[in-house]
Amino acid sequence: MKDQVEGYVTDDGRHIGGIIMEMKNITLRFGGVIAIHNVSFDIREGEIRAIIGPNGAGKSSMLNVINGFYHPQEGEVWFRGNKRPSMKPYEIAEQGIARTFQNIALFKGMTTVENVMTGRQLMLKKNFLWQLLRVGPALEEEVEHRRRCEEIIDFLEIQAIRNTPVGSLPYGLQKRVELARALAMEPKLLLLDEPMAGMNVEEKEDMSRFILDVNDQYGTTIALIEHDMSVVMDLADRVVVLDYGKQLADGTPDEVQKDQAVIDAYLGVEH
Amino acid sequence: MASRISEDSLLLSIPAYLRHNSKKLQNAPAFREKEFGVWQTWTWSEVETIVTDFALGLLDLGVREGDFIAIIGRNRPTLYWSMMSAQMIGAIPVPLYQDAVAEEMGYVLGHCGAGFVIADDQEQVDKVLEIQDNLPALERMIYIDPRGMRKYDHSKLHEFKKIQKTGSEASQDAKMELERRFGALSLDTVCVMLYTSGTTGRPKGVVLSNRNIIVSSLNSCKFDNLTDKEEILSYLPIAWVGDFIFSFGQAAVVGLRVNCPESRETVSADLREIGPSYYFAPPRIFETMLTAVVLRVEDTGVFKQKLYRYFMEHAAKVGAPLLDGKSVGLWDNMKYRLGEFLIYAPLKNALGLSRVRVGYTAGEAIGPEIFDFFRSLGINLKQLYGQTEASVFITVQPDGEVRSDTVGVPAPDTEVRIGDNGEVYYRSPGSFVEYYKNPEGTAETKDSEGWVATGDAGFIEKDTGHLRIIDRAKDVGKLSTGEMFAPKYVENKLKFFPNILEAVLFGAERDHCVAFINIDMNAVGNWAERNNIAYSSYQELSGHAKVLGMVQEHVESVNKSVSEDEMLKGCQIQRFIVLHKELDADDGEMTRTRKVRRKLIGEKFHDLVTALYDGSDSIYTETEVTYEDGRKGKITATLEIRDAAVVAKSQPMAAE
Repeated sequence: MKDQVEGYVTDDGRHIGGIIMEMKNITLRFGGVIAIHNVSFDIREGEIRAIIGPNGAGKSSMLNVINGFYHPQEGEVWFRGNKRPSMKPYEIAEQGIARTFQNIALFKGMTTVENVMTGRQLMLKKNFLWQLLRVGPALEEEVEHRRRCEEIIDFLEIQAIRNTPVGSLPYGLQKRVELARALAMEPKLLLLDEPMAGMNVEEKEDMSRFILDVNDQYGTTIALIEHDMSVVMDLADRVVVLDYGKQLADGTPDEVQKDQAVIDAYLGVEH
Repeated sequence: MASRISEDSLLLSIPAYLRHNSKKLQNAPAFREKEFGVWQTWTWSEVETIVTDFALGLLDLGVREGDFIAIIGRNRPTLYWSMMSAQMIGAIPVPLYQDAVAEEMGYVLGHCGAGFVIADDQEQVDKVLEIQDNLPALERMIYIDPRGMRKYDHSKLHEFKKIQKTGSEASQDAKMELERRFGALSLDTVCVMLYTSGTTGRPKGVVLSNRNIIVSSLNSCKFDNLTDKEEILSYLPIAWVGDFIFSFGQAAVVGLRVNCPESRETVSADLREIGPSYYFAPPRIFETMLTAVVLRVEDTGVFKQKLYRYFMEHAAKVGAPLLDGKSVGLWDNMKYRLGEFLIYAPLKNALGLSRVRVGYTAGEAIGPEIFDFFRSLGINLKQLYGQTEASVFITVQPDGEVRSDTVGVPAPDTEVRIGDNGEVYYRSPGSFVEYYKNPEGTAETKDSEGWVATGDAGFIEKDTGHLRIIDRAKDVGKLSTGEMFAPKYVENKLKFFPNILEAVLFGAERDHCVAFINIDMNAVGNWAERNNIAYSSYQELSGHAKVLGMVQEHVESVNKSVSEDEMLKGCQIQRFIVLHKELDADDGEMTRTRKVRRKLIGEKFHDLVTALYDGSDSIYTETEVTYEDGRKGKITATLEIRDAAVVAKSQPMAAE
């Protein structure tokens, strides 16, 4: 693929690889409304990529394009060197893209560990009947998957709520459970839709640490949408800025912060 | 009293006991830790291998005999093993409180000049890195959990597993050096140095020898017939002498099975799963348990509530006597058994206390109703009195002589006497060697004959021989009227109300007493919910008129009960303030073991104390608070000052 370029090493010693996903001239329309207009950017392997912008900028739509929920009218999505045809979301999930949701989409009546286990549903090899019987190879398989889930539970420090129905958990913890479920898929690319929305300072700090740790430990590429500018500037390697569906800027947090168009549109005019 | 233990029968160090257990108990479980949702088990022989390998690894790093090795983290088998490894090569473990802020750690690390630090995880490593510039003696750091540590500079930082692996490949020479150092250990070798939290001033490093720890552990195990079948849950801070004796000393000398919880938040669930047979907790834990039970019962249906009340009343009547082996009539006995089936057993199971054979509470006075509640359920909860300098045990309650108002009779091999000023002194094989680098402190506390001053005032009951503690000796003072001022005695009475978390009494050299009160957010919050009282913060709730009214009732009932004691009736509280913030160790207002620092609080909130005495109705105040990560902030509040009714001082005595 022609856009594939050499990776580099960040200041803090992380290895950023070549391009894993590329959005080329994406335009998405809902009837007469243009949600995204001619936006192009790429995501490199191992990086933390942020998409920011004011309300209605088209951030969530962009995320939905990445994970195949929306199909853009114009433009191409390239993933791991191939142009991606129109796919069903579960097919995209099988390709190694996992996500969390802005307004939490957990199974409220199920416990934390059950929710996390659903993240491994796609990897279960034994068919429904085997699983129903839950003996022999099916049980072995489940034990192995449970082990992986327990590692993630340990990693995100949610052992204490392992057997608590998620509906009764506070918001911050539900967000963490959602992250755990996405991680259980062992994704190549993890999409986080406003992971810090509605959190207090302490919860935000915890979540930031987990995002960095996930990136560091598992080498997961992360694309996230976020409102809180300070969080984005601390976390992200590169930031793409959207406004009214248009791309305002793309670059490192420092570059973006200095960009006059961004300052005017999003951060407020600074004089 | 139990006969003295002959020193010939003792092994000379904790690592020697480890080797002994490894031979004798071999594949019996020694340590368990819950990880990945499953209890992982290590046998005694596995533990011996790990401890030896890690000790060899430490040798390879250049640990010398007599070096101090700081151990920081939560209760994990690996940290207990690290302490054994350190001892095996003649180094001295210094466990630290894991929730201490960097600055506090800096003091301790600097004071003992620790050359090595073994830390649990990134959080602890970060704290030490933050202060390392002030620690010239610090050479190497070892961490257990590698998470988040990949990018750190590893020139002086090592992972536990790697050191253990280096040790397992050690040369014959290194092994001989280890054997030489192991052979050089004696009962007089320093076993551990524990820093006392110190209600005043800087913490002091209490040096305890192998003799102190081994004899105290053996004596106390014999006292309660503890054997290698006992299960314990290790969840109290490893820097605290209690945990050191229970999870380390006693565990090694008789082979208790040490279970470590998965995380700090899972302790109560892990407690249920393990069902310890020997259990230790400070009064606060029992208080929390009881509060939780009471609240949960209030949430159930009318029938269950009635059933609970009926049988708990019965338990209050016959539970404790039955526990002491007294007979209580056939009918009451039958009824208690029915209660056991319907209420007591399920309740104990829910609390994780079904299998407790011996339970202890110490550290603070426990409320009589809390104490009686657990005993009435058939849990053999007892009190002991001890301190770091004594390797815990000074007095203990023997089975069958358990009361809520005493702390028991002198522990085996221990002598107790009361000084002229009412202070309690003791002499025992557990008495500490010295305070590290503090000969004046040592001389003040321990005299040439080995008697150690506890700093507590108390008296021995003539007819039973039980010790009763009144207060800290230096806190016991006089009002300007000449009456006795014993603040803790009154504070404890206040704290026995579930709604009151902490209380601080002032009155020394004044003509009457006043108090600061902290409400218990759980209990009062729940009460507010039931009574439709809206609030948005701790501060708002604590200043609510109805809450103040409730606290006032509590204060007045305490006044009434205090007034009944002729000696102490001057200690009635005339005015009080409900504080707008919780007293906190991070702000230096309490010790890490949660004892209030009265003097410091009095200075910090001097404006409030002044207002309490000058008769004003309310006071505006600004308070600096420290957040968990060390940042500081400020809260402001206008506090209402309330007057409480006191029982008249010159009450005529009833004629006999």
